[in-house]
Amino acid sequence: MGLNRNVSLKTGLQYKGQGPYLTYILHRIGGMGMAIFITLHILATFVEGRGWQIGDIINDIYISPFFQIFFIFCVLFHAINGMRITILDLFPALILHHRKAIMIEWIIFIVLYSFAVVTIITTAIGRL
Amino acid sequence: MDQVKSRTLPLSKRGMSFETFMWLFTRLTALAMYGFILVGVVGALVMGALNQMSFIEVLRWALMTNPGHVEYTNVADIAPWVSTFWRLVATGMFLTASSHGMHGVIVILDDYFAKASQRKWIRILNMLGFFIVAPIGLYVIWTA
Repeated sequence: MGLNRNVSLKTGLQYKGQGPYLTYILHRIGGMGMAIFITLHILATFVEGRGWQIGDIINDIYISPFFQIFFIFCVLFHAINGMRITILDLFPALILHHRKAIMIEWIIFIVLYSFAVVTIITTAIGRL
Repeated sequence: MDQVKSRTLPLSKRGMSFETFMWLFTRLTALAMYGFILVGVVGALVMGALNQMSFIEVLRWALMTNPGHVEYTNVADIAPWVSTFWRLVATGMFLTASSHGMHGVIVILDDYFAKASQRKWIRILNMLGFFIVAPIGLYVIWTA
């Protein structure tokens, strides 16, 4: 068994899956982002404790506001979208309203993410 | 709106194969993680986060209740944040999140690697990664 897709990357990127596809792909990007960066953060904290400077350097990147703005996107989107998936999966009768659920999800995400970004920036300015 | 009959079978009629178990495991671990986050947020507020921390600092703490996550805040006394209770919460969150994440990574990679041998190696490497990183993570939580 092997992958045999007759779809080019360009065609794939032009796929008009709309809202549900966007949440699907962002959920995966967020999940992979967390898996990679949290693993690195754990390893960096461990080697930092052993006195290795590389751990310190990696954790300094994690504290930077630019990285936090990206990382909190991964976390918040994955958590809020995961909540929608869990609710719809455990209560299948609600699947009829999945587009409304996606709209509600985006509203919650935008409000929380905006608040998070503002506090990341103000906290970083406060530390200067 | 027209009433459309749900095509989803109830769990009792679906049977509990390994795939169904992992599907349920992913949903239940997600719910458990929301529980851990809620405990972290409520605990932070009880310990005075309202006046000593920003929203993002509370969020970072709630995601992993490790004392290192309050290191750069205005919290005056770190002692209540380093209790055994918070280390247990961090341990629960870490093991739940890492097992949820390990399965999630396998699900994603399975979509791009379809050969049986490739999928076998994806599972071996993922489990190897989990069994290497999990003790290191627990060490960090309990010695920080």
